[in-house]
Amino acid sequence: MKRIGLTGDEAIAYAAKQCDVDVVSAYPITPQTIIVEKYSEYVANGEVDTEFVNVESEHSALSACIGASLTGARVFTATASQGLALMHELLYIASSLRCPIVMGIANRALSAPLNIHGDHSDMMGSRDCGWIQIFAENAQEAYDWTIQAFRLSEDPEVLLPSSINIDGFIISHSMEGVEVLEDEAVRAFLPPRSDARAIDPNRPLTIGPVALPDYYFEFKRQQAEVMKKVPPVLERVCREFGKISGRRYGKFQSYGMEDARTAIICMGSAAGTARHVAKALRGKGEKVGVVKLWLYRPFPADELVRELEGLKSVVVMDRAISFGAPLGPLCSDLIGAIYGKLPKLKVMNAIYGLGGRDITAKEIEGIYREGLRMAKAKAPMVRVKYVGVRE
Amino acid sequence: MSAVEKRLGWRKVPPGGAISEAGSSALYKTGTWRSFRPVIDEAKCTKCLICWIYCPDMAVRRINDGVEIDYEYCKGCGICATECPVKAIRMEEE
Repeated sequence: MKRIGLTGDEAIAYAAKQCDVDVVSAYPITPQTIIVEKYSEYVANGEVDTEFVNVESEHSALSACIGASLTGARVFTATASQGLALMHELLYIASSLRCPIVMGIANRALSAPLNIHGDHSDMMGSRDCGWIQIFAENAQEAYDWTIQAFRLSEDPEVLLPSSINIDGFIISHSMEGVEVLEDEAVRAFLPPRSDARAIDPNRPLTIGPVALPDYYFEFKRQQAEVMKKVPPVLERVCREFGKISGRRYGKFQSYGMEDARTAIICMGSAAGTARHVAKALRGKGEKVGVVKLWLYRPFPADELVRELEGLKSVVVMDRAISFGAPLGPLCSDLIGAIYGKLPKLKVMNAIYGLGGRDITAKEIEGIYREGLRMAKAKAPMVRVKYVGVRE
Repeated sequence: MSAVEKRLGWRKVPPGGAISEAGSSALYKTGTWRSFRPVIDEAKCTKCLICWIYCPDMAVRRINDGVEIDYEYCKGCGICATECPVKAIRMEEE
């Protein structure tokens, strides 16, 4: 194992390089561009045996990826923001046809107004598309999750596409020391893909036929069930990855939760700031914790309920708005998960950081203070607060 | 025997909807979609086969020296009636 300087984008590209990917098809879009730019360098330098398919749009990129994946190839792509939006219909097709594609997403705000900076609006707009959705906090996690995602996606029990999300610019363009595995270690962890369903001229197969009202529902019901197979396989993959890397992943990571009265639940780069603030507050005797969600889809509802037992209040941080909905997307999921199980828990939904707006330690301290105040309230409540926006 | 006829439940349908056997569309009877049925007036029919050529669903079949409609697959689009040069096909409400 060695430690090298990599940005979040480069870390994902480096991981994909070690995963012996057969086909990459992608279209450049900020802040993801460096992922595929770097990967195309590997191809040009002969460092990888990958077919790089240049296309004219993200719609075509994911279309090419789906076709390649159905032949049994290991496929990787990357996108962000408008690019992910343009892929929208193909996202559903990739998961419905059970293509284990892995995609890096440098999360970025959606237009209008045009903005190239980080928030989670792009992925939240696609949260129902049937992909496994993982959020990484930093470049190290982005590297580690990319490798684990191929194993998870390609598992015969799963066969679903995965997205590895990193906060645009905050993580995608920040350089960190990243501990990378030896190529041989990755090869041993991730053997070549084998798929009994792969298209073969000797075994003709019809892919993507029509299914009308008499059949469509059964396919979707089956897809809903497949999502339930992800968590146990993820646990197995993470355990094995832990053995070769010394870094143990799972559905989420907790800090200070053993005795916390209030906690922040968040995803992505904000988790580091939250932990930093929680540490300082805990030093002053405040019982606060952090739950950083790695696995957003499928949503680890039951595990989160167990993790939140004993809390008086919780603050759910959403880096996206679900326009017209009562709550942000992550908070809606959480309320759905805890309903009837944690009836006394007070919930605050902090909507923050849109279009790359910084979330500061001071603001997070304010969020914790409010969470602690709410903890004292008698009746349960749900409150929405926009943090860091000018009135 | 295809999944179409068996009416499989969600536990049994093939993942991703892939079909491994050829010819499953023949097992899918689309005649129930029809709201108007084409009826051939044998007295007017000149057996020119224009309807047989134009039918998009191959639901006009050749028999002996003439044609007949396969009502198991005819969706009732009416192209045959429109194209018939001698107006030998009329569309009757189902």
